[in-house]
Amino acid sequence: MTQSVFPDAGGSQSDLWKPNRAASKMSQKAVVILFGAFAMVSVLTTFGIVFTLLFETIEFFLEVSPIEFFTATRWTPLFANPEFGIIVLLCGTFLTSAIGLLIAIPLGLLSAVCLSEYAPRRARAFLKPALEVLAGVPTVVFGYFALLLVTPVLRSFIPDMQVFNALSAGFVLGFAILPTIASLSEDAIFAVPSSLRQGCYALGATKRETITGVVLPAALSGIVSSVILGVSRAVGETMIVTLAAGQSPTLTLDPRVSIQTMTAFIVQVTKGDAPYGSIAFKTLFAVGMTLFVITLVLNLISYWFVRKYQEKYE
Amino acid sequence: MVSPQKSAKSNSGDYQPQLQKRYKIDRAFQIISWMATLSGIVVLAVLVTGILIQGIPNLSFDFLVSPPSRKPEQAGIWPAFLGSIILLIITAAVSIPIGVGTGIFLQEFAKDNKIAQVIEINISNLAAVPSIIYGLLGLFAFGRLFGFITGGRSILSGGLTLALLILPVIIVATREALKSVPDSIRMAGMALGATRWQTVRTHVLPLAIPGIMTGTILALSRAIGETAPIIVVGAAAFVPFAPTLTIEGLQEPAFTALPIQIFNWVSRPQEEFHAIAASAIIVLMIVLLVMNATAIFVRNRFQSSR
Repeated sequence: MTQSVFPDAGGSQSDLWKPNRAASKMSQKAVVILFGAFAMVSVLTTFGIVFTLLFETIEFFLEVSPIEFFTATRWTPLFANPEFGIIVLLCGTFLTSAIGLLIAIPLGLLSAVCLSEYAPRRARAFLKPALEVLAGVPTVVFGYFALLLVTPVLRSFIPDMQVFNALSAGFVLGFAILPTIASLSEDAIFAVPSSLRQGCYALGATKRETITGVVLPAALSGIVSSVILGVSRAVGETMIVTLAAGQSPTLTLDPRVSIQTMTAFIVQVTKGDAPYGSIAFKTLFAVGMTLFVITLVLNLISYWFVRKYQEKYE
Repeated sequence: MVSPQKSAKSNSGDYQPQLQKRYKIDRAFQIISWMATLSGIVVLAVLVTGILIQGIPNLSFDFLVSPPSRKPEQAGIWPAFLGSIILLIITAAVSIPIGVGTGIFLQEFAKDNKIAQVIEINISNLAAVPSIIYGLLGLFAFGRLFGFITGGRSILSGGLTLALLILPVIIVATREALKSVPDSIRMAGMALGATRWQTVRTHVLPLAIPGIMTGTILALSRAIGETAPIIVVGAAAFVPFAPTLTIEGLQEPAFTALPIQIFNWVSRPQEEFHAIAASAIIVLMIVLLVMNATAIFVRNRFQSSR
């Protein structure tokens, strides 16, 4: 009886069930190797980015001294008499990002609080997708919006403002990253267990006191990582600042004048024809490297903060 | 709500609950947070209205099927539109198999070992790299290093760059979808003597497909709207001819796409070009809307049937 279920027991049953274990194991092995190779693509991408940036940056520093790169106060790499003061581009990036974050952080956090704590379910079901739509708007569309709709309005209030200016770019940049901060913070706030809120109410606190005193501190690690992601998105944002903030590298913190960010410089050079091996081409990667290092540091801070301060609730 | 305040006042000596004042602050905070939420919606509404007002008058069938031109009234978006479609095909063809394969590998085959952890940290880092850096990678790696395959700064290089850009998103979506499949199904499969791959292929993956599809479509719609990396790779050239789906066409060292075309028109000083830029934005937004609606449809359809 027990013998008959085995295929090698002979008889007509043997051709009903043919476990080709060798083939099964082979396919398993082949798939693991194939998908493992696919997984390596993402690792190779990282190596590719680091290698690309390093390779051309080293080439760049063979021609331009690092001292000049970090201390010069003019940025004119495409001129006949070039100067390479990255501080000028850093200043432009700082200016637009700071304006954007001044808008996006408070509005984003308040939106997150509103969606999670105040909005009734039906309003939330409409508001959250609307914010997701805002997040899905291509940045070139935001660039159009900043240059052709926001700038004219701002100029009617501030008459001596230039057509290209950091204020308009920063303003729209703020609304472009607002959904990122709002949505990730909302996840963190929503995940705070309601027992904490109820405990706070039981002590006689009002709703606002509960939110600012208990809920937000409890969600702090998630909120901070959403803000840091917002910062790194602001720093890396390209199309809004290229279209609306201009192409004239200026060392200024005046939001009314035309400036240039790191990302806008990269677009400016690649849009024209920078032949391989030229100093303009190498400069591209030195600027890219600076940008990459900034976002990497931000990412590491976020990683460290979350590990250190993350609250775990049952 | 007023009476407990009064009794509290009479009972306790030092303690002043000051409920009236606290409720006022509460009210103000609530109103401010509502205004913050609505500000995002208002900006979205102004943006959409502004673009519709500017762009609708020029929208016509001719606009869709004409090549770009130096004269704004004759210009159209046909090469850019086709360019975007071909970019989408290349990006999907490369990123879906690699992304889903990686997701399956990490979630089903290599859950807890060191390599998986390294890859995992690496993927979360990649997701935070600005898209323009991917453009530089594409410019160097595909445009130069593998230029003999891609033909230089071609549409193929652009598509491959976008594929690398959205790979982390697809991997994460695949893993999330696989995570939501109950473990009992894997155990049942293996109890019947199937290998891990056989279980995944015949039972786990079919259940995870809707989630994977939703995430993938959203990632692809992000790729379609990306501008910075393809400008860096493709040089934002003036391309009056439509691209073709042949090997030579893919290797043509100049290409255009909808976001590049919009960028070109917006950065010109003439107002007529700004108006047709708005029309092109409408076409781009319709494409994105269709893709997002598909993703939501897939999600709702399969969620309710389970």
